[in-house]
Amino acid sequence: MKTIIDITSLKKDYHVGEVTVHALRGVDLKINEGEFVAIMGASGSGKSTMLNIIGCLDRPSDGIYLLDGVNVAGMSKNERAAIRNLKIGFVFQSYNLLSRTSALENVELPLMYNRLISTKERREKAIAALEAVGLAERMDHMPNQLSGGQQQRVAIARSLVNDPVVILADEATGNLDTRTSYEIMSLFQELNSKGKTIVFVTHEPDIAKCMTRSVVFRDGHIIREEDIKNRLNAAEMLTALPVEQD
Amino acid sequence: MNPGNLLKVAINALKRNKMRSFLTMLGIIIGVASVITMLAIGQGSKKSIEDQIASMGSNMLFVMPGNMRMGGVQQGSSSSQRLTVADIKAIKTECDAIVAVSPEVRSSGQAVSGSSNWPTTIYGGSEQYLEIRSWSVVSGRNFTDTEAEGSAKVCLVGRTVADELFGEGIDPTGETIRFKNIPFKIIGVLEEKGQNSFGQDQDDVIIAPFTTVQKRVLAQTYIQSIQMSARSAEESELAISQVEEALRRTHKLRENEDNDFEVRSQEELATTMTSVTEILTILLGAIAGISLLVGGIGIMNIMYVSVTERTREIGLRMSVGGRSVDILLQFLIESILLSVFGGLIGIVLGFGASAIVEALTSWPITVMWSSVILAFVVCTVIGVFFGWYPARRAAELDPIDALRFE
Ligand SMILES: Nc1ncnc2c1ncn2[C@@H]1O[C@H](COP(=O)(O)OP(=O)(O)OP(=O)(O)O)[C@@H](O)[C@H]1O
Ligand SMILES: [Mg+2]
Repeated sequence: MKTIIDITSLKKDYHVGEVTVHALRGVDLKINEGEFVAIMGASGSGKSTMLNIIGCLDRPSDGIYLLDGVNVAGMSKNERAAIRNLKIGFVFQSYNLLSRTSALENVELPLMYNRLISTKERREKAIAALEAVGLAERMDHMPNQLSGGQQQRVAIARSLVNDPVVILADEATGNLDTRTSYEIMSLFQELNSKGKTIVFVTHEPDIAKCMTRSVVFRDGHIIREEDIKNRLNAAEMLTALPVEQD
Repeated sequence: MNPGNLLKVAINALKRNKMRSFLTMLGIIIGVASVITMLAIGQGSKKSIEDQIASMGSNMLFVMPGNMRMGGVQQGSSSSQRLTVADIKAIKTECDAIVAVSPEVRSSGQAVSGSSNWPTTIYGGSEQYLEIRSWSVVSGRNFTDTEAEGSAKVCLVGRTVADELFGEGIDPTGETIRFKNIPFKIIGVLEEKGQNSFGQDQDDVIIAPFTTVQKRVLAQTYIQSIQMSARSAEESELAISQVEEALRRTHKLRENEDNDFEVRSQEELATTMTSVTEILTILLGAIAGISLLVGGIGIMNIMYVSVTERTREIGLRMSVGGRSVDILLQFLIESILLSVFGGLIGIVLGFGASAIVEALTSWPITVMWSSVILAFVVCTVIGVFFGWYPARRAAELDPIDALRFE
């Protein structure tokens, strides 16, 4: 099994005035291809910080980070931008779609920053990604014409479009109701079953149970790591939910 | 991002805020339009003065008594009466770069014919006076040298004088008028010249032999000025030095004495006159330029607002692989588009405004291509300059901070 993420004694300090915040205090983490990892822990424990470093949005203060076999810890701003463009897909809690921009164009965005991809190829890939999230027929819709769940699907399509080695989601179901959360999780499970590596920050144990492994943070340390037994199937959960009456 | 995509992104961003984009451009539009119009007006009035001076005669030179260059101090009567017929003779015989020479004396007074009278100015000259002034006689004839030297009581009248004394369009050749009670026989009518750029009616004149004006009207023998034609414009410098030499001799000036007269060419006169309009043009242009600058600051302001508003968008673009330079270019292109597009509209508007001014003033107003190109270049520079700081601010954002921005 190929190792996608290989982190050794990673540290991250923030300096705010006189105070130094130790957000990560020496983290070791290995994530293999095809894993679906839940990152859990209390608020302020360093989950987002970890995810941002994994996503090359931020750089560690110390430690080694190999992404897909390449050491990215010491990379420059532009090099990290290129890595994000080619190897990372982000899904945010608040969707972060460009307003007044069609779903299709939103999904095309990462490919716009890749000079090697032609306009035609970009369009095809974006349509394929929208098809994968089941929103092909809504591709001309603007974000404000879509529900929250649909917007998150567009965001997932956007994270898929560059065929990244890992998809990083930070509380991607945090803004959604239970039903829609399961819909989104079922989509993630589907992607994972097709071989996508996913790292997913969540507070909700139910959601975490849909994944293959959980990593729990506290105070900048990993305190527990375990494979998930009795893994939930989000699609089944969805059918088991009581039908809403009105 | 490739240039085509960058352009598309920038255009879309501007389209999303049409009204704001338009209002931002308005500053540039007004600035450019006023710069172009002001420069066109300046150029037009300059050209109209130049045309006027050119229409005064061909390669004309003047000699005026006294030294006008002495700080504009009023000269005494002695110095204003220093030109004589002897000076004319000397110029005629000694200056080969001069092809025509005529004295000029003038007097204002009432011209009377029957019961009509009209205040006008009489100019006295020699036969060559009309030639020097590039003026022609449309009916009748010019006076001869013999008449000019012999105080003949003949005259030529301008169209206005003829109209006022004899009636609109009537040919008064052969009639007699009285100027300051001296009877003059009209032997010809002058070609119509119309108003000059200062609004003076050039046809409100009577031209008569200078000896007649000197003796009968003014009762003196001095000449107010000498007018000459140089052989060519290129030779006017040479002609000036020849005339100065000749006059220094007739005026018996010693080596160390300054000239007690002044020789000036038409070009010099033109330069003096146009320098005023040039200063005016620069002033107007500068004021218009300031409005362009204010327009640029408007762009900068809106770009800062735009960067702040779109901080999350910037963060997102960075998170999907946008490099700092992509973000920088995106905002820079937006501001360049605003200023260049505003500039283009301003140029069109400037042409329109110039055409209106031309219609109102009948000045030969032409928009100079140089000012159009200048306006365009300035707009681009404004776009880059005023867009740079906001764009830099966007490009230097930290992606995480930008994504978290509320
Ligand atoms: N830019 C920053 N400057 C200073 N301190 C920061 C910064 N970002 C995060 N921190 C600190 O680092 C620690 C970890 O923050 P992080 O956002 O990773 O927490 P989290 O586990 O994602 O919490 P939550 O579940 O609430 O999202 C916190 O103490 C936080 O205050
Ligand atoms: Mg967090």
